Amino acid sequence: MKNEKRELIDKDGLRVDGRKKDELRPIKIMVGVLSNADGSAYIEQGKNKIIAAVYGPREVHPRHLALPDRAILRCRYHMAPFSVEERKSPAPSRRELELSKVIREALEPTVFLEQYPRTAIDLFIEVLQADGGTRCAGITIGSLALADAGIPMRDLVVACAAGKVDGQIVLDLNDIEDKEGEADVPVAMMPNLNLITLLQMDGLLTPEEFEEALNLSIEGCRRIYALQKKALKEKYISIREEVET
Amino acid sequence: MSSGVKLPIFFENRDIVAPGDLLAEGEYIAGSNTYKEGNRIYASRLGLVDYEEKRVSVVALNAFYVPSVGDLVIGKVTEVNINGWVIDINAPYSALLRAFDVIPKFKPQKNDLSKVFDIGDMILARVIAYDRTRDPILTVREPELGKITRGQIVKITPTKVPRLIGRRGSMINMLKRETGCKITVGQNGLILIECKGPEEERLVSMAIYKIEQEAHTSGLTDRVVEMIRKEKERMIKNEK
Repeated sequence: MKNEKRELIDKDGLRVDGRKKDELRPIKIMVGVLSNADGSAYIEQGKNKIIAAVYGPREVHPRHLALPDRAILRCRYHMAPFSVEERKSPAPSRRELELSKVIREALEPTVFLEQYPRTAIDLFIEVLQADGGTRCAGITIGSLALADAGIPMRDLVVACAAGKVDGQIVLDLNDIEDKEGEADVPVAMMPNLNLITLLQMDGLLTPEEFEEALNLSIEGCRRIYALQKKALKEKYISIREEVET
Repeated sequence: MSSGVKLPIFFENRDIVAPGDLLAEGEYIAGSNTYKEGNRIYASRLGLVDYEEKRVSVVALNAFYVPSVGDLVIGKVTEVNINGWVIDINAPYSALLRAFDVIPKFKPQKNDLSKVFDIGDMILARVIAYDRTRDPILTVREPELGKITRGQIVKITPTKVPRLIGRRGSMINMLKRETGCKITVGQNGLILIECKGPEEERLVSMAIYKIEQEAHTSGLTDRVVEMIRKEKERMIKNEK
């Protein structure tokens, strides 16, 4: 098995999909893609295709979940059965439940939940096609969908991962690098306030390597943030340009 | 500025800002849809920034309706209870209309509330109490309020209601004048249009949707007038 292991970084320093070590996958973000939802967003990041929808604030059902002093944020991360090569059972798996919690906790600090007591904000993240790094992409568009719904927020949240592949620290792992690489460090942050809301590490890294990976992730977050903000304003700027010229 | 030194602001008036954008630093007052962290003011919603003297605020492009006492709202009856109705007013909280408000000598044993307002009925009402710890309470004890029996209802983003009304009612008065329709604007983004015929109602709803779409652009009133006049000409041609 060990002999069969493929090289993840070739002699020119390029990765399996031809990227450089600190290069992101091509990203396309759209906001307001669903008319039934109060807010929505869609992202294509490499082969990832993910859609997010927000409903609320609205009345909490079942009633006993409501909190008297603030709103609750509920998040459902779900992968479509056709999102991976081998059919995934549509029932929520242990991994999906955990990611739902992780994404919720990454987004909770940004929302002014205390302004709307006794209500619920529901966020649905549906992975249509998965290719590694879906939790980060999910957080990125989750915060966009919240902003599109007009929910008051401290900042947008943007997420990106870095990891260790063939002994080197690289940015934005895809599925192969995630599975066959040595380590993965997803980071979510509020870029304007300079606060980190999610930090995980899977695999083994020395303290120096961890710091390098963390800094690279933050750098990746800042680059995605520019795209994220542009996508959010795009809808309104294009209408304005169209009618004012 | 009183000190003579211009404190930094980071956008121009009417620029589109996103949540988390740093709007100003220094002795400013945080207006609507902004928040203050130390002496920095950030946006908390997507919208158009507005610097007015020392106040920095954001006019949101999309938001939900938050009830406020005195607001005129249009709602839908969703439940008939023993002593009142539950009304959906397009807000995070559903509103209550008490039976006492409609029937002065109300007795639960005697009166059948579903004969007054039934599930699915649209009503025009005013918010008389709301404080976030309890659901808003409505009243219909005013002339013109109560069940809506005719006309058409359109729904827009509640944040665009001020734009639809315009400065001192300029936009809404123009709409009424140009089309001859009666337009009742609920603060919760529901609008009742009553016209002579369905053609005029269609024209008014078209104009309202245009205002909603282009609320953040300048020269809107003129474009809406132009659109209405063109449509009216077309309607007259079609009749011939």
